[in-house]
Amino acid sequence: MQKHLEALTARGVWILAISVDPAEISRQHAEKQGYTYTFLSDEKAEVIRRYDLLHEHGGPTGDIARPAEFLIDSTGTIRWSNLAKDYRVRLQAEEILKVLDQLERTPPNPSS
Amino acid sequence: MLDATPLEPTPATGFLVTLLSFFSYFMLFSQFPMTRNIPWVNLLLFALALGLLGVGLRRAFRQPERYQGKVLGPVLAVLSVLILGLFLFYNFSFSRQLPASAGAPRVGEKAPDFTLPDQHGQPVKLSELWAPAAAGAEAKPARWVLLVFYRGYW
Repeated sequence: MQKHLEALTARGVWILAISVDPAEISRQHAEKQGYTYTFLSDEKAEVIRRYDLLHEHGGPTGDIARPAEFLIDSTGTIRWSNLAKDYRVRLQAEEILKVLDQLERTPPNPSS
Repeated sequence: MLDATPLEPTPATGFLVTLLSFFSYFMLFSQFPMTRNIPWVNLLLFALALGLLGVGLRRAFRQPERYQGKVLGPVLAVLSVLILGLFLFYNFSFSRQLPASAGAPRVGEKAPDFTLPDQHGQPVKLSELWAPAAAGAEAKPARWVLLVFYRGYW
């Protein structure tokens, strides 16, 4: 994601990466890897539960999030989502850029 | 190992290539989508390892004194197959055991709002990211938000 962050930022995309990791762990990780996007800490998995993405006992220390991505437009509407079928296969930024190309050509919901 | 050169097919070289394949995936090849999503480099290495083991075992039974004998050879072969099994299980079964998430919000629905602390401890509220200046002095308001739920690094 970081590699294509500029391209995404130029198109007004904000990335929020959410996990159960404490903020401090995310800060260290982001610093070490040079990631400049936003990491959000959902230690009690409340938001993860609300999105029905809880993977019970998925991690060595308990419940974690299953990988998933949502693209939300400025009305707060989900316009694209992806629920990973294999956690090793991660979303590529190129895919998001393609999705954006498509979405920006089509209006959100012509009927409403 | 006695007289056998390192490149010769023996149960030991097969076992070493098996170990190399297993650990190189987690330490190196899993970092790149090209070699992670379909672990072809490691599958090739495992194939090479099986080849070495196969030939090595045949030789071990013909010339036990030269090729790790009739006991160590099969032991190394069994260990190698177990390691390969573990690798295949992890890559083609375990990593796909994910919850169905049938209740996850769908395309066309409003994204449930939330407030969570960022990596610096500052609260971030999803519904406020669209407002000019709400996100900080120099930051532009978002036109899109990409939520990326991930497993975490614990």
